[in-house]
Amino acid sequence: MRDKTKPGSSLLIKGGHLMDPGARVDAPMDVLLKDGRVAEVAAPNKIRGAADEKFDARGLMVAPGFIDLHAHLREPGQGHKETIATGTAAAAAGGFTSVCTMPNTAPVVDSAEWVEWLRQSERGAVVNVFPIAAATRASKGVTLTDFRALQRSGAVAVTDDGRPILEDAIMREALVLGGELNFPVVQHAEDTRMTENCSMHAGARSFRLGLRGMTAAAEASVVERDVHLAMQIPNARLHVAHVSTADALKGVRRGKRAKARVTCEVTPHHFTLTDEDVRDYDSNYKMNPPLRSASDIEAIVVALADGTVDAIATDHAPHALHEKQMEFERAAFGITGLETALGLAIAKLHREKRIPLARIVELFTAGPARCFDLRGRGSLARGSVADVTIFDPKKRWTFDAAKSLSKSKNTPFDGWQLQGKVVATIVGGTIVYQ
Amino acid sequence: MPMNAARGSLLGIEHLEAAEILKILKFARRMNPDRPRPLLKGKRVLLLFYEASTRTRSSFEIAAKALGAHTVLVQAAGSSIEKGESLLDTGYTVRAVGADVIVIRHPNAGAPHVMAQHIDVPVINAGDGLHEHPSQALLDAYTILRNKKSFKGLQVAIVGDIFHSRVARSASHLLSKFGVKIILCGPEELVPEVAATLAPGIRVTRHIEDALRGTDVVMLLRVQKERLSGLKIDLPEYIARYQMTPARLKMAKKDAVVMHPGPIIRGLELTSEIADGAQSRILEEVRNGVPTRMAILARAVGRMR
Repeated sequence: MRDKTKPGSSLLIKGGHLMDPGARVDAPMDVLLKDGRVAEVAAPNKIRGAADEKFDARGLMVAPGFIDLHAHLREPGQGHKETIATGTAAAAAGGFTSVCTMPNTAPVVDSAEWVEWLRQSERGAVVNVFPIAAATRASKGVTLTDFRALQRSGAVAVTDDGRPILEDAIMREALVLGGELNFPVVQHAEDTRMTENCSMHAGARSFRLGLRGMTAAAEASVVERDVHLAMQIPNARLHVAHVSTADALKGVRRGKRAKARVTCEVTPHHFTLTDEDVRDYDSNYKMNPPLRSASDIEAIVVALADGTVDAIATDHAPHALHEKQMEFERAAFGITGLETALGLAIAKLHREKRIPLARIVELFTAGPARCFDLRGRGSLARGSVADVTIFDPKKRWTFDAAKSLSKSKNTPFDGWQLQGKVVATIVGGTIVYQ
Repeated sequence: MPMNAARGSLLGIEHLEAAEILKILKFARRMNPDRPRPLLKGKRVLLLFYEASTRTRSSFEIAAKALGAHTVLVQAAGSSIEKGESLLDTGYTVRAVGADVIVIRHPNAGAPHVMAQHIDVPVINAGDGLHEHPSQALLDAYTILRNKKSFKGLQVAIVGDIFHSRVARSASHLLSKFGVKIILCGPEELVPEVAATLAPGIRVTRHIEDALRGTDVVMLLRVQKERLSGLKIDLPEYIARYQMTPARLKMAKKDAVVMHPGPIIRGLELTSEIADGAQSRILEEVRNGVPTRMAILARAVGRMR
């Protein structure tokens, strides 16, 4: 990764309200960043000595840099949808200082060489990139990849995302090996034998639209199986990607109660929209997992509040216009999400559902950092990496997809009024977005 | 209906008002393919068929010609669609060629809606995936009204593969708008409980006797093997429980009529005695398709007056 910090440079963030759930801080504080690290955190006006630069954060929230556990930045091979450069620019605009990239590219990131390639400075990343590598060769679900080599080259987890690790024996093997290496296995929980030709959630809406529907059971059954395995296998680390149903959350909760090392994430669209929002065959409402029912949202909100869910992740899935503007059933799955995540979280979870702002910040920071052991990230305790997100939690703004920094504009949130705007994003002590 | 659909488009029954449906049916009664009327004189009707069809295609073609239009048939096989041209590019192409009306049949639900969203000529849905088949519902309504005085107090049983049927969806929407009691009948795999949420006045039953008692119109549907998508249906069991036979039909009202959108599979959803029997209106439906589609096409070009 590129180190953008000039040696000896320092930045003082002054007058803001520090919200750092990982360090249990929620108070007015000044923060001094130096040499790419947090040098000092102190009550207002208590930091002595000169800083090279000052950032006036009066009236703003100062939080650890946001971490996205789930983004498709499409390189290698699908640069027409997104590149590391454009995807990380969008990430910075959304307040994310770190993104974990998904391996379902062309080719699939299933070797140490590709993991290293993703981390090279030539990719032009403006925020930290943490590759997640494929769990099986070419993500075909047959032969495990070389976890040890992938981990050594900088991969933070393995997954076959886009599809599940379906075979019991392969999933067991992955969790055993992952357990030995302390390496999380990320599951895309979908029993694809039950979702053939499906393009949305199974319910009244899918029946009305004549679209085949994915049942909640297709997700929950895989989560049940995986949690069961994680409870049996010593040290196994299971992370369930984009949980979308109440039933799947029950499985996660069961694993957590049994003290298994099970974590999970939820996307902003799954706590914001339901299958009833799918209309006019607009494929910007088509993603996998699909938009679920209102009662699933209720369960997700409870799970976000009570700690069952560890992180809000975007599942940012850019696609070119021609891959979306077609028959709904044939259109690509997925929507962009890096720039709308915070605004949706505050508007929907905080303003509407009364989840405390500190909990929301935790879901973007300490929560995800714990899922993949991103050391020195997710908190601004002294000595941490100087990744900071500064935002205005009260600011209402309208998202204009045309102005998105992502290469693709496939989003259902174009024109939405959101609340909570990123004012500055700081990576390793350097302001990368303002 | 997409906001951008051109005036005169017919994408589905769901969002069509009852008054508009009656207007179409009334106008259809004035249409006669043997007495051509030049309402579409000089117009070009593009028939874009991505899926096999006998009835609907020939019926739209005859209807268009009876109104003086030129018709061009584009089928997936033997066109650029086979070479991978996208739906919209095909749409832009036929528009550029000079299409005044596009009639489209497509295996994917919503394909006509995507087309209508981007193309500035009326789009007529001739069947989209499992979604809707509005011209069929209109010709069925036309047929019902020729056999029954009005929709008032009617009970209609739709028996068979509701899940895979765009005909059932369109018919349910249409009949519901006129207060008709609708009973959907078949096994769980083909008639999910959720089907009752489609429109007001719909009830689901697993028992054919229950469906037929007091019924004025029996609509039969084919088990669509090509759309089952891995679903296993026990055909002998289906036949035993749901096949329409003379003995079963006696459970319906004396003057009940039997309808079927076709193609029929004799020996499966119905016996030959039913298909060819006195109560069958299956061929009348096919005949009624032409004047109904004449009305739909006249409406498309703003000549339904």
